[in-house]
Amino acid sequence: MRRFKEFIIEKLILVCGVASIFFVVLIFLFLAKEGLAVIKTVSPFKFLFGKSWYPISEPAQLGILPLILGSLLVTLGAAIISVPIGVGCAIYIAEIAPVKLKEILKAGIEMLAAIPSVVLGFIGMITLAPLVKNIFHLPTGLTALSGSIMLAFMAMPTIVSIAEDALYSVPKNYKEGAFALGATHWQTIWRVMLPAASSGIVAAVMLGIGRVIGETMAVMMITGNAAVIPKSIFVPVRTLTATIAAEMGEAVVGSEHYFALFAIGIVLFVISFAINVTADLFLHKRQ
Amino acid sequence: MFKKVLSGLVILTFATCAFAAKDKNSIQVKGSDTMVNLGQAWAEKYMQENPGDFVSVTGGGSGTGFSSLISATCDIAMASRNIKEKEITLAKQKGVIPFEIKVAMDGLAIVVSPKNPLSKLTIDQLANIFTGKIKNWKEIGGKDEVIVVLSREVNSGTHVYFKEHVLRKNDPNSKAEFSSGALMLSSSQAIADEVAGNSAAIGYYGMGYISAKQKPIMVAKDEKSEYESPTIENVVNGKYPISRPLFLYANGQPQGLAKKFIDFCLSKEGQDIVLKTDFVPVK
Repeated sequence: MRRFKEFIIEKLILVCGVASIFFVVLIFLFLAKEGLAVIKTVSPFKFLFGKSWYPISEPAQLGILPLILGSLLVTLGAAIISVPIGVGCAIYIAEIAPVKLKEILKAGIEMLAAIPSVVLGFIGMITLAPLVKNIFHLPTGLTALSGSIMLAFMAMPTIVSIAEDALYSVPKNYKEGAFALGATHWQTIWRVMLPAASSGIVAAVMLGIGRVIGETMAVMMITGNAAVIPKSIFVPVRTLTATIAAEMGEAVVGSEHYFALFAIGIVLFVISFAINVTADLFLHKRQ
Repeated sequence: MFKKVLSGLVILTFATCAFAAKDKNSIQVKGSDTMVNLGQAWAEKYMQENPGDFVSVTGGGSGTGFSSLISATCDIAMASRNIKEKEITLAKQKGVIPFEIKVAMDGLAIVVSPKNPLSKLTIDQLANIFTGKIKNWKEIGGKDEVIVVLSREVNSGTHVYFKEHVLRKNDPNSKAEFSSGALMLSSSQAIADEVAGNSAAIGYYGMGYISAKQKPIMVAKDEKSEYESPTIENVVNGKYPISRPLFLYANGQPQGLAKKFIDFCLSKEGQDIVLKTDFVPVK
């Protein structure tokens, strides 16, 4: 009887374990089935590199280059802002902060991760957009820059917690060795700790970027959503995710617009898959 | 402890009963964001008068409403534009026959910041602004400032209506599009907020959204016509050039609760609510 119970539980857990993979495969198959149908109306080259996105016109123009560039620009901006701050914060927490402060900081960062993105987007729309508009004397504050700043807040918790973890797992004797050779604390961090933890930190950055590129609600609210090829970071952009979210409701099931939105989904899937694999490679290198 | 569990169970049973009952005499109304407030006002009054009937109203855009009607996830679709040929074909494939009922009229207000000195424009000028041919306010007699064009997202009936009737001037062969630099905002409220805080912005929405923080522009059909402001009176007598009908769509001749609700919307009482929510009655 007992053995039977063990058997059942074992199998149940196996099902749970396999389920996630099963679902990913199902989702991918569905995405591929719906998304690849767009080839019937527009060639893959024209779809990826077309410069205009007018999905509901007759005939529809389905070029997602402005959307891809919009997503990349916002992500790049967010990375430039969040990586130095995030890694700096991780170094401070792992190496310098006194125990009490460390706990407070960690709790604070977890809180930051817990704020729903729609709330951040709303706050950004009301406070950040007018600020950006006034500081840089722009016609409007709903720009790629505002989106980048907001997304940097969202990437920070991921970057900080994983980078801190990486720094923490550097063997103690590396540090002791450096001190014994007469290195200062900063020299130890810069020349010993960071290189030793580098693969973990790269993984942290990649996962942070993965979070940013998939983010939807906040960017939809504060990037202005104009489907133009951005010439600087001070102009409105439209991201891949915001396009799907904003237009899914309108797309008539089975229309070319509907398939195009799924094809955007594939593009996003491929991008975030690549980022996650890169992050994973670095994480494994560390182990 | 036992008592708590028991009372929990009792509540649960009641809740399920209520839920089951709700299924029978409840309808889902979904669609145009322009009409959400109106729909909700109707639903509230209707439910007050018919306790036991449930009407739930959600927005999402006219297109969203149509796709829900087609996929049978709602009973009535609200729309600020006519259903498209494509959507009808698709509906028929799924065994849904869209049935149109005109329930109100709406004037589309063109709004700028109160700080903007401009107060009137022709349809031609509007079309040129929204397609990006006019890029600076000084070209039409305003300050030397780049125009920030605000539009609704493509899932909005207002977006489609504005494109067809202002940008393309009702010409089915016209290829005019919104300027690719136009900011696409996801709600009328977002446009209202941006216009209130940005002296260079111009946007459009149903006239119910006008407040003291935005200035509605007076619009003329062409240079020879009178400039008219978006008021209920001007929409009723047809003087204001950008006004449109608002519809409810049901699956076939409305029956049962859907019919009861639509009849209520068209009744004297329902049309009074139309007026109260800043739209124009049809009866």
